[in-house]
Amino acid sequence: MKALLKYREIWLAAAIVVLIGLISTRFPAFADPGNLRQVFNDTSILMILALGQMVVILTRSIDLSMASNLCFTGMVVAMLNAAHPAIPIPLLIVIALLVGLVLGAINGLLVWRLNIPSIVVTLGTLTIYRGATFVLSGGAWVNADKMSPDFIGFQRAALLGIPVLSWIAILVIVLFFILMTRTALGRSIYAIGVNPTASVYAGIDVGRTKFIVFCISGMIGGLSGYLWISRYVIASVEVANGYELNIIAACVIGGISIAGGIGSVGGAVLGALFLGIISNALPVINISPFWQMAISGSAIILAVVLNARGERQQGRIILRKVEVA
Amino acid sequence: MTDVPAPRHIPDRLDKPLRSAIFSWEALLVVVAVAIFVINSFASPYFLDPYSLSDLTFNFTEKGLIAFAMAMLIISGEIDLSVAAIIALASTMMGMAVQAGADSPTLVLIGIVVGLGCGAFNGLLVTRLGLPSIVVTIGTMSLFRGIAFIILGDQAYKGYPESFAFFGQGYVWWVVSFELVLFLIAAVVYWFLLHRTSFGRRVFAIGNNPVAAQFSGVRVGRTKFILFCLTGLMSGIASVLITSRLGSTRPSIAQGYELEVITMVVLGGVSILGGAGSILGVVLAAFIMGLVTFGLGLLNVPGIVMSIFIGLLLIIVIALPIVWRRLRGAR
Repeated sequence: MKALLKYREIWLAAAIVVLIGLISTRFPAFADPGNLRQVFNDTSILMILALGQMVVILTRSIDLSMASNLCFTGMVVAMLNAAHPAIPIPLLIVIALLVGLVLGAINGLLVWRLNIPSIVVTLGTLTIYRGATFVLSGGAWVNADKMSPDFIGFQRAALLGIPVLSWIAILVIVLFFILMTRTALGRSIYAIGVNPTASVYAGIDVGRTKFIVFCISGMIGGLSGYLWISRYVIASVEVANGYELNIIAACVIGGISIAGGIGSVGGAVLGALFLGIISNALPVINISPFWQMAISGSAIILAVVLNARGERQQGRIILRKVEVA
Repeated sequence: MTDVPAPRHIPDRLDKPLRSAIFSWEALLVVVAVAIFVINSFASPYFLDPYSLSDLTFNFTEKGLIAFAMAMLIISGEIDLSVAAIIALASTMMGMAVQAGADSPTLVLIGIVVGLGCGAFNGLLVTRLGLPSIVVTIGTMSLFRGIAFIILGDQAYKGYPESFAFFGQGYVWWVVSFELVLFLIAAVVYWFLLHRTSFGRRVFAIGNNPVAAQFSGVRVGRTKFILFCLTGLMSGIASVLITSRLGSTRPSIAQGYELEVITMVVLGGVSILGGAGSILGVVLAAFIMGLVTFGLGLLNVPGIVMSIFIGLLLIIVIALPIVWRRLRGAR
């Protein structure tokens, strides 16, 4: 039991349960399984994005361009769909992944080959990718009536009573869990975050791993681009403006250390869920949505304070794993 | 190919002065600025006009004021992402005061005090609790702007007194605006503070090695706290200017400014990893960003496309010396 309580995910899960409990005292239907499924579905895109951001942050980097990548890729697939409705959705998703991959690879190459700090690179590409969206679309919007029914309907289709969007989120969570806990790449990602110099001596190619990490976050940005556009059925330059900080906030609440090396798939998912529940619950319990920013801001600060205390006691995650073994 | 950075070059008086001046970052920025200026004057017949050149300065003075304090903060190894949210909160408070019938001096005081207070709040969280500033200020960014949203909702405050308009719209002499004068004074003050005082010396020391600085008797926490107060203070001043220029307050005021300020600082040659940078570089970077946005504006290029150029400029200017060094090394 004591060993279990060491894990931040347990605390976070408990906080979420308490949160749901508090909300349901004022609005009982909120804890209804159907509604919770809805909340999960609403939060799916943020969860997927937070996982992509997580692997970047774990290597002591940051990807501020994710929301712009999402915006650009979303515009690409929306325009493709509007121009050629015959392209099947799975192919469009592959295209979205590839476009995102290219954008992520540009970030990764600049960080890898030129050793420019990732915060500078992605600060630049943040504005470039969003500006490129404007150039691509000429400032025009792609509205719902220009999108094909398949494009909009795909992620809404129910499979075993759960929307495809939720299934995609679950698939991504599983893939990331395997990546982080069962592969050498996942191990390298943690190692680089804990100590880049030692990683070099251990034979890890730090630069190349960072490149791969940016490719991953790029692909996630691209995938989310399709999901976002087909969910909110409008593609414009303004899509997900400023959302990069929500993604990072989800990671921070999920206990992923901005200094690298500490964090887990479960944490990122729960952090995103926490933010998702707050934004879903506010209108339900009759609090003006204008409160949302202030509440999530306070939650971030609180989470950082708690994390900082936890880190002092626990030490780095790899050390902890060694102790357990 | 390792990730371990090469030892940073710390300039000192033993460097050959002329050689280091020619190959300095600031010299590169001057070249870029002159090039853009020349391109602009060919691109539009309206550019070389005292009034339009004066308008140009409004593109960077407000952000530039914050950039000076931000430069010192980043040199010390911290960052403040909440500056734009501080502007929004200070502007909202000024708007509330206007509804209560406050006069211009009171409004300015409120703007500055709210800015300072927000900066001190950031500083306390970072230094007292030892939290990473990037995360703390992402949090306070939502918090400060969130409070502005709670107070304002989807409304706007208007009805600022006429005398208040001077700060953002007034001219001190012919075409020289009050904002520009303030910018230049702040540039001199911050240059002196960073490059000519022991406080500035300590800021560099902290950025290069906080542990060594601590052992050398530098009060790292207190110095960082002062730096956060300074970014808050400058954001408060910028808030007065912007609110006065726009004549109204909306909760979305100054949205996205934080990234532009940081771009300005990084473009000015301040290392995002801390420990290196100069105020002259930031001044030049501010001019460059003003020139780019204004020149493109004259060509009717939309704002969102301008941001492509700013982003490209940032990456290219940072990458140039690295590519250059590598090419020379390869030969």
